[in-house]
Parts: sequence; structure tokens; C-alpha cells
Amino acid sequence: MDFLRPETLAEALELKAARPDAVPIAGGTDVMVELNFDHRRPAALLDLTRIPELREWSDGLRIGSGVPYVRIIDELGAQLPGLAMAARTVGSPQIRNRGTVGGNLGAASPAGDTHPVLLASDAVIEVASVRGTRMIPAVDFYLGVKRNALEQDELIVAVHLAPAKGPQQFSKVGTRNAMVIAVCSFAISLFPEKNRVGAAVGSAAPTPRRAYEAEEFLASALDFSSPQPLLDSVKREFGELVSRAASPIDDVRGSAAYRKHALAVMARRTLGWAWQELLDGEQACA
Amino acid sequence: MRVNVTVNGEQRQADDVWEGESLLFVLRERLGLPGSKNACEQGECGSCTVYLDDVPVCACLVAAGQAQDRSVRTVEGLASGDQLDPVQEAFVEAGAVQCGFCTPGLVVAAHDLLNRVPSPSDPEIREALAGNLCRCTGYEKILDAVRLAASRR
Repeated sequence: MDFLRPETLAEALELKAARPDAVPIAGGTDVMVELNFDHRRPAALLDLTRIPELREWSDGLRIGSGVPYVRIIDELGAQLPGLAMAARTVGSPQIRNRGTVGGNLGAASPAGDTHPVLLASDAVIEVASVRGTRMIPAVDFYLGVKRNALEQDELIVAVHLAPAKGPQQFSKVGTRNAMVIAVCSFAISLFPEKNRVGAAVGSAAPTPRRAYEAEEFLASALDFSSPQPLLDSVKREFGELVSRAASPIDDVRGSAAYRKHALAVMARRTLGWAWQELLDGEQACA
Repeated sequence: MRVNVTVNGEQRQADDVWEGESLLFVLRERLGLPGSKNACEQGECGSCTVYLDDVPVCACLVAAGQAQDRSVRTVEGLASGDQLDPVQEAFVEAGAVQCGFCTPGLVVAAHDLLNRVPSPSDPEIREALAGNLCRCTGYEKILDAVRLAASRR
């Protein structure tokens, strides 16, 4: 096995082009588990932790793929409350100190905690290779169970995510607070200026998935210009539509029926919280 | 491959390191520092917690090559000579150590918490230790130890 240690992004892209079999590693919270258990023996590891441009962000926001969760929580929470909420549910402090959104995207597990937020908030994934840069909307990024739109010579460089212009919420079901893989998860983003809603489910289909019908229903049912208290019937219908968007399986973490039920509950509750925030005229403060 | 890394303030060198090896293996098996414990090898238990450039991480999830030219502080590096760190003293006094396997990781995690939050609330202590499993104590004595260490700062 080779250990490749680029110092710049350009160098990393050259290496990835020359060695498409090299597995990128940043926080190591997924890759090292596979190595420790001998589930994977790649021909090379491509260490991305020495590349400064992957660990920075700029206004807009363009967040380097190697920014650890802890910094998203501590330093970007006010601008990206939904992403910060999801990041807070990742693993444990030690895992959040190392793990990155880029890693979540690279692994593309249907249970990855940040995926529903990225979908509900119209994130765009910036990937690069020596051939150039591609901007991939999150909704086109997830192709299957642990499969994403990345080509063999590409690396995930950044996530583009606009600062929240309205309330955002995230919810996750697990057996305890720390160190759990989601049984199922849900994210909602309100865009009052656009009369739009983003909604997405995690760990409840082969890929993280947007709940389009639920989004459309809410956009027509909500009056963003003069917000009134929500009718229970609206919350219930929204929950049902979110649940219907999922196609979960029975597995060790939960049954398909439970996941469907829990998603409807989470959708109702998070909508209630988000709408209340709008009524209170508060901007989410993570 | 060869890995050069500063460990507990000392420049160390490990040779014949396999490229897929973890920092934990290097510390325990190549550098003679068995304080950090090897248990789950998947970041679940926290018993291998060390500082990497002053940030607590699971050493089992750091590739050895990622530690090149970095600074690592293990549980062995917390005491000054024979003088235990106040967190270590508090663990002994509060009876927070039973079998002792989880102790090094918990001591490092608690040490980091008190550096960041000198007087943590109980929820803050619980959150800071959420990545460390203990199967003996039921955690109450560990919480006592962290409170005791905080009260002495």
C-alpha cells in the first residue's frame, strides 16, 4: 500500500488522476474502520488533511470538504443552523473533531447525518479533477447505496450552501444520543422569500431523498407573507407525504414500518418548530 | 514507511510502519506507549483518545501517516514526573477507576473538557464524555471525578 501525502489541491488531483485506485482519507472515521477490520485493502491512501484549501470556507458559503464538524457547529452554526444541528448528532466529540462533510459525501451512506440537510437546503457539491471542476446539485449526487456521482479521478472539494434565509430544523432517531447511526432522519428548510420548502429524509431509502410532494404541498398550504398558526391537518398531511416519499427496509436498526411512522412524526414536529420560529420572528440561532 | 511524530514533547521515529496502520498501533506497538487502549478499533469506545495537535481524537481512526510531523499527547504525557495531573488525581480519589481499561481515554477527554470549560455543568460533562464507554462504573463516579477536578482548578 502507498501513502500519498499531497500538500496542495493541485497535487492531490494529479495524484488521484495517476492513481484512481487511491482512497481519499480525511478524518478517517469511515476509512480507518474499514482498514482496521480488513474490510478494505486499497492500493493507496490519499491523505487530504495537509491541504489548507480543503479546510477553509469563504462567504457565500463555500465550505471546504475537509472542515471538521466541530468547526461547522462552533463557527458556522448561526449561518447554517440545519447543518450544525445535523453535525451535532454525528458520533461523539472525538468523531466530530475529525469527521467532515466531505467524508459524509464520499461515503454516501444513506444514513449519513448531513445528507438530508444538504438536500433540503439546495446544497451544491463541488468536485474537481485534473480535467476541471463540476458543480453537482446534492439531489443529483447520491446514486445508490454508498454510491455517488464522483468519477474515479475526482475529489470532493467543497460544499456550496447559502446562509439560511429562514428557519431550518433537523431530527434524527437513534437508540441513544451519541454514537448512533440514524434509524431515520429528516431535515426541513423554509425559504420564506421564495415561498418554498425543502424537505428530505435520511436512512429511509437506498439514498438520502427529497420529499417533493411534501415540499409542494407545504409551499401551497403555507402563507409566508402573513404567517398564521399551523393547522394540525396541515402538519398531519405533511407528515404523511414525507413518510410516503421514503422506501425504507427492515434492518438491525429498525423496521420499515417503524421508519415510516417515525418520519411522519419527525416531519410534523420539525415543521411545527420551524413554523413557530417564523411566527416568533426569530432567526434560527444554533 | 517511516513516521516522524512528536509524542509527549519528544521527537519520535517509527520505522517499518504499514501504510494502513493506525496511530494507535504506532503508539502502543512501536513506540512503547500502551496507555492508550485498543478496544473497538472503530471510534465507538474512546479508550484510545489522545490529543492530536491539541484536539482529542480516537487514535485508532488516525492513519499513522497522517500523524507525520504532528504533535501527539497521550495519557502518559499528562503527568509531570511523579506528579499526576489533577484530573488523574481526581479519578483516583473519586473511585472512578474500576477495571481501568476506559480510564486513559476518559482522563484525556475530561482533561480536554476542563481546558475548554473550567466549570462545566453536568450536561456539558456528559456531552464531553459521550464518546467514551465504561462498562464498570455506571459513570457516576466518573462524573464525580470530573466535578472534583473542576472544583480544584
